[in-house]
Parts: sequence; C-alpha cells; structure tokens
Amino acid sequence: MLLIEDLQVKLGEREVLRHIDLQINSGETHILFGPNGSGKTSLLMTIMGYPQYRVTAGKISFKGVDITNMPINERAKLGIGMSYQRPPTVHGLKTKQMVQICGSGGDVDIEGMAARMNFTDFLDRDINAGFSGGEIKRSELLQLMAQKPDLLLFDEPESGVDLENISLIGNTISELLQRDVHPSPDKSQRQVRRERTRMGLIITHTGFILDYVTADKGQVLFNGVLSCSNNPTDIFMCIKEMGYEECVKCAI
Amino acid sequence: MRNLSERAQEAKDKKAAIGPDVDLSSYTAEPVRHDYVEDLKKIPEADRLRMIQSGIDASENGRSGTYIQMDTAVVHSHARQEGLEVIPIKEALKKYDWAREYYWKLVSVDADKYTAAAELHLHDGYVIRALPGAKAVWPVQACLYLDKENISQYVHNLIIAEEGSELHVITGCATSPHLKRGLHVGISEFFVKKNAKLSFTMIHHWAEEVMVRPRSVGIVEEGGLFLNNYICMKPVKSLQMYPTTHLVGKGAVARFYSILVGSPGSEMDVGGRILLKAEDTRAEIIARAITNGGKIISRGDLVGEVAGVKAHLECKGMILNGGIIHAIPELQGKVDGVEMTHEAAVGKIAQEEIMYLMSRGLSEEEATSTIVRGFLSVDIPGLPPKLKAEIDRAIDLSSKDVM
Repeated sequence: MLLIEDLQVKLGEREVLRHIDLQINSGETHILFGPNGSGKTSLLMTIMGYPQYRVTAGKISFKGVDITNMPINERAKLGIGMSYQRPPTVHGLKTKQMVQICGSGGDVDIEGMAARMNFTDFLDRDINAGFSGGEIKRSELLQLMAQKPDLLLFDEPESGVDLENISLIGNTISELLQRDVHPSPDKSQRQVRRERTRMGLIITHTGFILDYVTADKGQVLFNGVLSCSNNPTDIFMCIKEMGYEECVKCAI
Repeated sequence: MRNLSERAQEAKDKKAAIGPDVDLSSYTAEPVRHDYVEDLKKIPEADRLRMIQSGIDASENGRSGTYIQMDTAVVHSHARQEGLEVIPIKEALKKYDWAREYYWKLVSVDADKYTAAAELHLHDGYVIRALPGAKAVWPVQACLYLDKENISQYVHNLIIAEEGSELHVITGCATSPHLKRGLHVGISEFFVKKNAKLSFTMIHHWAEEVMVRPRSVGIVEEGGLFLNNYICMKPVKSLQMYPTTHLVGKGAVARFYSILVGSPGSEMDVGGRILLKAEDTRAEIIARAITNGGKIISRGDLVGEVAGVKAHLECKGMILNGGIIHAIPELQGKVDGVEMTHEAAVGKIAQEEIMYLMSRGLSEEEATSTIVRGFLSVDIPGLPPKLKAEIDRAIDLSSKDVM
C-alpha cells in the first residue's frame, strides 16, 4: 500500500503540492488527471524521491515503511518504479545494459522482452539517444518489465505514441499492472482480481490509456491540490464536457 | 644532406613548441643491462602484472608477435605469424638497407631537444612490419618498460603496413611498481601503404613523477586506413604529444581516438593533427577527457587542403572532482569545397542522469561510475572485436580507480 498523508512539497521556493492525501491499496490502479502545471509530475517525482522536490510537511509510506526521506535507489529497491516522460540520454550506456541494470544483474530475458516491445533494433543504441516520443515510452516499459516494481508510476505513457503502437503500450501497461484479462481454468476472475498486488498511478492528458487499462479510481490534481476522487471514466467524461475548473467544483 | 647526428647535435638544446621543458641532464641515459628472455613467463610476476594492465599478455594468447624492451635493453622480440616482422630497430638498421628508408623520414630529427636526444642516445625500439598482402590475425604486442629509477629511455619505432596488408599493434608503456622518476621519449613513424590497414592502440601506464614526450608522424597512401587509439588513465607528471598524420593518397582515412584521465598533479597535453592532402580523404579525431584534479589540454587540428575532403573533430571533457580541461579544437580549410566540423564540450556529470539510474536501483556511486564508463566508451569502427574487447577491459580496469 502507498499512503500519502497531508503532503506538502516545494520545488525551489514554489509550493507545488498542498495537503495531499492519497491511498493506493495493494492491487489498485489510479488515474491522475489535471491540467498542465497542476503538479502531476511533481507528485510522481516526490513519490520516486527526487530530492529537488522538498517535502516540507506530511508523510509518504510504502509497504508500511516511512519513505519520506529515503534516497531514490532505496525506494527502487523497495519496489517503486517509474516510466518517465522525458528521461535523459546517457551516452555510451546501451539500452541493453540499462535493461540489465533494471533487472539488478539477474537473469533477464532481454532479447525476448525486447522482441515483445518491438524494440530489438534499439538494444545496441545508447539509451534515449535520439529516441522519438513513442520509442522512449517503449524503452521505459521495457525497463519496467525487467525491474518488476510493485508500485508503477507512469508519466503520460501515451504522449507522442503513434496509433500503431498505442495498443502495444496500453496492453503492456495493463499487463504490468496485472490488469490483463485471460481465462483461468482453476480460478474465478474475482479471485484473479483479489490476487492482484501491483499498484499503479498513471498520469494521462488524453485519456486514451483508459481504453486499455482498467482503473479503480481517478484523481484530479488542480493547483497542487487533490480535488476530486471518483470513478476514472466519470471524471474523464466530466473534464471532456466541462473542463477541469468546473469538474473540480464537485469537491470544493 | 648533412648527417643525422650533426643535425641532432645542433638541436639538442632546442625547446619544444609546447609543454613544460624537461631538463634531460637530470636523468641518466646510461645503458642498463637486462637479459634477453626466450620464455616470457620468466619475467617477474610484479612486472608482468604491470604489463597486463597496459595490454601486454605474457602468455601471448591472441597475439601474433611480441616486443618487450626494459629500460634500454631488448628482452624479447619475435613474430609468430608468417608475413609479419618484429625486429629491434638497431638490428634492423644494421642488417637491412630498407630500414634506412624509413628512419627519420617523417619526424624531423631536429624538431626539438627530444627528437635530437632520441638520435644521440638511441636505446633501441621496434620495427613492426606487415609484408605486402599479409593479414595479421591477432595484434602484435609491444611494451616499453621503465624499471631503473631516474632512467631516461629514448626509443625509435617504425610501423610499416605494406601494400594490401592488415596490421594491428597494441603497445603498452609502463613502469615497474617501485619506479618513481623517469623520462620516456619515443619516436614513432607510421607508414600505411596503398590499400593497407593499420590499427595502433597505445596504452600508457606511467607513475607520478614520470615525464613523457612521444613524437610521432604517420603517412597514409591511397585507400589506406590508419586507426590510432590512445589511452592514458593513470597518473603521470607531464605528458605532451601532438601526433600528426598526412593523408596523401586518394581515399585515405585516419581516425584518432583518445581517452585521458587526469589525476591530481598530472599534466597532459595531448593533441592530434591530420592533414588531408588528397581527394576523397577522410579524418576523424575523437577525444574524451576526465579530470579528477589534473590538468588536461586536449588539442585537435584538421587541415583540409583539397576540395571534397571530410573531417570531424570531437572533444568532450568531464570535470569530476576539480582540475582543468582546456579544449583547443582547430580547423583549417585551405580551399573551397572542404567539409570540416568540430564539436567541443566541457561539463560535469548531470544529476538528472545519476537520479535516473538510481531510480533503476543503482546506488549514487554505481550510477556515477556507470555514467563515467559510458562517457569513456567510444565506438571505434573498423577495430577487430577482440581488440575492442581488449580496450574495453583496459578501460574497465582503469576506470575503477577513477572514482
């Protein structure tokens, strides 16, 4: 479980998150909506542990451990992973090596995973060097497949992805979050759902991802405040019809 | 033409154009005796370990020949493959007329006091030659080793790839573990004949009080390829060199790659100059420099003298923990229609990259060394995979000390 209590965060001198309360239970996936600059990425970066996002009050716990001041790599080891929107290029570090790092040097079927992500040709290229928007997304997912975190943070996983690859991206995220449906002879679908452990928090602008990934809750972040929590599809419809400002009035 | 020793005498006090001046008289140039060894395994283990770190393998696995010189004496010299020759230069000059046709033909004996002293005190050196059409399967290894405290070692090397041949040389210069002070002056002349391919990889492994003054010039004929790799990741008092290559035949190509790591107290002034003198010639100079407190001057100079040539110069520096990196890239286009570019950057490790890797589970230290390792890894096209693996290994060994 991820539990965020009354979290306040500053980036430089600017307050970017105010009084955030958020609970993601084991097996739950939440969708995070919000206009540009509302603090969505800040929330993900704070959960991941980027030190420039300074926690001035409140607490973040994960799996019962207070991680508020924990370094990034220890959070990763505890099971938090992130798919970045614009990750940096690391020159001289091949994608293959990066995937190996994600798998903590263990036995990872890099070739097999890359083939599934239609990414084999990129394994020998420097990570993120000259990658298009869609290529970055596929590379990030490939890394998360090797890393196998329990809490997955997705920063706009569908942005810049062409139509051809959107279902690949969507279905892979669904699979990573144990949301894919396939018949099981000895278990009811209810039991399959109950056995879900992976947690997800997905930022989306377009809502396209909702066509592929089922989610338990939608959250709307507006001016640094979590303003609304509801069924994700309802929220998305509301935002589409009336815009964020009207939509968050339900909470204010 | 006046003889070489006369010209050397006249230049023996001539300071070099760049680099701190070295007082040659403060070192001893007297010959030091070391016995010739038939079996390389008889070389003391401590010395062998130092040699391994500069790419020299006493077991000769994957080598097509070996030359080892300790101080002033040749301790081993032989070729293991038909069509290759590995001969001490003094012997070559005595026995073969052809050796004289290459000796001091590219480097001027009176260029400065170091070239002059190399003629006046010649302590041997190697001639490595691939006969016409010969293709070396494995690299020839050559080691110039400093053992005696306060020695000055003056060597002269000739590397000749005859027409249509392929030759790979890996040359390691190292000092014995106990040596503190010394001077190495090495003259190298490279001849890449028509359609020949030569790769020359030099790994330096000096000590904190050692002065190093290599002087080298190469010439590449029509269709020839010259790959020149240089790696120096260990402390050195002062290293100054500016290897130069002339591309004189149609379609000749030269690529220089260098990897430098500057430790506190070290001063490295390393350049590369390629003159493109014939049509369709190509040149590339790529340098990576990291400093941990040392001073590194990274020079590069490309001279385009004919229309249609292409050349690129790239110099990237990273300051990890104090120190100075001074990048001096130069391009000279002397006619219409040359295509020459350069790219230089000096910076630090990006925090964003460290955190990206940390979010994949690496500690800050592991993330930093991964980024440094990536920065130093340069793809060198045309290098045999085995040799590439060898270079990677040398970089790995050394980059552990960088952090």
